[in-house]
Amino acid sequence: MQTSTPGPKPRMAVHKFASCDGCQLTFLNMGETLLQLADMVELVHFAEAGPVAPDAEVDIAFIEGSVTTEHDLERIKQIRSHSGFIVAFGACATAGGIQALRNFADAGEWLSAVYATPEYIDSLATSTPMSDHVKVDLEIWGCPPNRDQVLGAIRAWLYGTLPKQSQDKVCMECKRQHAVCVLVAKGMPCMGPVTQTGCGALCPSFGRGCYSCYGPAEALNTDSLAGWFEGLGLLPEDITRQFRHLNNSAPGFRDAATNIISTDAGHGH
Amino acid sequence: MSQRTQGRSILPGVNVDDVFKDHDRYFLPRQSFQSLIDQLTLQGYGCVGPVMRDGAIIFDRLDMASQLPQGARDRQAPGYYRLENGGGPRWFSWANGPQALKPYLFPSREVLWEGTVDEDGGLNFKERIIEPEPLAVLGVRACDLAALAIHDAHFLKGPSPDAHYARRREQLFIVAVHCSHPASTCFCVSTGDGPAATRGYDIALAELDEGFVIDAGSDRGKLILDQLPLSKVDEAQLDQARRELNAAVAVQTRALPEGPLNRILFENLDHPRWDEVAERCLACGNCTSVCPTCFCASENEVPSLDGQTSEHSREWSSCFTQGHSYISGHVIRPDIRTRYRQWLTHKLGSWIDQYGRSGCVGCGRCIAWCPVGIDLTEETAAICKDARDE
Ligand code: SF4
Ligand code: SF4
Ligand code: SF4
Repeated sequence: MQTSTPGPKPRMAVHKFASCDGCQLTFLNMGETLLQLADMVELVHFAEAGPVAPDAEVDIAFIEGSVTTEHDLERIKQIRSHSGFIVAFGACATAGGIQALRNFADAGEWLSAVYATPEYIDSLATSTPMSDHVKVDLEIWGCPPNRDQVLGAIRAWLYGTLPKQSQDKVCMECKRQHAVCVLVAKGMPCMGPVTQTGCGALCPSFGRGCYSCYGPAEALNTDSLAGWFEGLGLLPEDITRQFRHLNNSAPGFRDAATNIISTDAGHGH
Repeated sequence: MSQRTQGRSILPGVNVDDVFKDHDRYFLPRQSFQSLIDQLTLQGYGCVGPVMRDGAIIFDRLDMASQLPQGARDRQAPGYYRLENGGGPRWFSWANGPQALKPYLFPSREVLWEGTVDEDGGLNFKERIIEPEPLAVLGVRACDLAALAIHDAHFLKGPSPDAHYARRREQLFIVAVHCSHPASTCFCVSTGDGPAATRGYDIALAELDEGFVIDAGSDRGKLILDQLPLSKVDEAQLDQARRELNAAVAVQTRALPEGPLNRILFENLDHPRWDEVAERCLACGNCTSVCPTCFCASENEVPSLDGQTSEHSREWSSCFTQGHSYISGHVIRPDIRTRYRQWLTHKLGSWIDQYGRSGCVGCGRCIAWCPVGIDLTEETAAICKDARDE
């Protein structure tokens, strides 16, 4: 059975921006499959795995991380100009990541509170996803995305199609895994009903509520879930924190948190 | 299959005293219950039954009677499920957990066929043939049996019966237990499906403190019964079993409104209640996943990285997912309102035209396991009330 594509191998790059490197580990943790992949595509740039050629022309580029500096901004525009198909993968590249919490605060104030010499730090006031700055051909959500999503995307791209991405809520997968619902059976806040699948309902399978690593699902009803959390006894600030997590700046969650804060202020809390 | 007890169901107003009237009933002492598990095992069945896990009654492998949930009671309400220890020797003093038979016959995910590319670039397709082991499920409720009959009609009776379902179904042995402790969410009396198991089982049990009133509903069931240390059941034991069934009828407070729901629901497709429920519904699909009669699935191609093979897999889906309403570039039910309406109008309405009965067996699972406590009996009543007032 042939494993490599006939003709010249497609060229691939993996770039890193503001991030924890966890999404790149999705590649590195593939083990033998990574060797198989390396047989099918030419890994031109992937600093964490070895090859370094950030400015090389490629057919497909995976982007990890968010835009947090002026330099990032220049770099992603540059990458766009010499990459055929761009995949933004992970919560940072698709929604700004956990570091986008700065979008709701005074980033300058944080800098001077944390660093002895804040003038050495040169960063933007916001953390933003790739799609805010360049045309992104495919987004893979998740913190981190799982290997099947990443491999599925590459496979589909090699076929010349887009991957079929499930929009189901985590609850659907939770029930397929036969996990007992922690929200119903334990009264724990769980973000499964507003989060898209991808993780295999990992947290509920271990008796914990979903943290919403994969970001807002479609047909989103954050108000209803927030209202139910309130009935469980959560304070408005705790409910806000549920939405201001790894995907805090994804529009669906950003607006949910803003709603809770403004409603709470309206009640004179 | 099983030798059926013809045409009886516990409809509102029907006397449960009839349940223990005809065929032979025996008594199995509690301390001999293990012999039932042992006999099933000896005759080649793997046994599964109710156990407590993660705060719920779930079905899992059962080797010893001591694994059964002794003293467990389930407190259920909309969006709420808790187990409590009610004490006493009994193992079946609860109504239900999130699942029972459905995952054993219709798994949440399975590969149906595989495609491969051969040397010359041609495509080959190969069906996944399954050879399931004989399986005995202990602790099946009347509502589960009613749901099973619906799934049989759906998966087996059409022009192209489902091969995987059929093979698993042939291997299934059912030990039913009459319900003595319905939850507040149960309404099987109103749908005519419980609380007594009257058909479709191999063995049925009525639990008493000291043991079980037991009878066989099939020849396979009789073969097992022949091997058990049974005694004749006495009148006092039958009386007790009848009293408990009567109490299980009396305790139910929820009900579906009188029909015909297939007409009323479809005449009210623009009712404002659909907008109102859409404000609460999360479109999460928990209701359809726990519903023992829901059978919708999505089918997906899962190619290997080298592109030389692909598995065609089927997994549970729901009328609440976007994928379920996607038709050739268009999502026909884009919002929660139309998805909730699809669930209710199909389950309680068009199901009647499709399968000759409502798709609801009154188990109450969708009420308890809805993360925001939406109660279909309440939603249906709100829509029917206005229909009747008109
Ligand atoms: S545990 Fe969370 S993800 Fe699972 S069904 Fe409950 S709410 Fe949904
Ligand atoms: S609709 Fe609800 S109550 Fe009726 S059978 Fe399904 S889960 Fe049970
Ligand atoms: S009715 Fe409840 S369980 Fe069903 S989709 Fe809506 S929120 Fe989820």
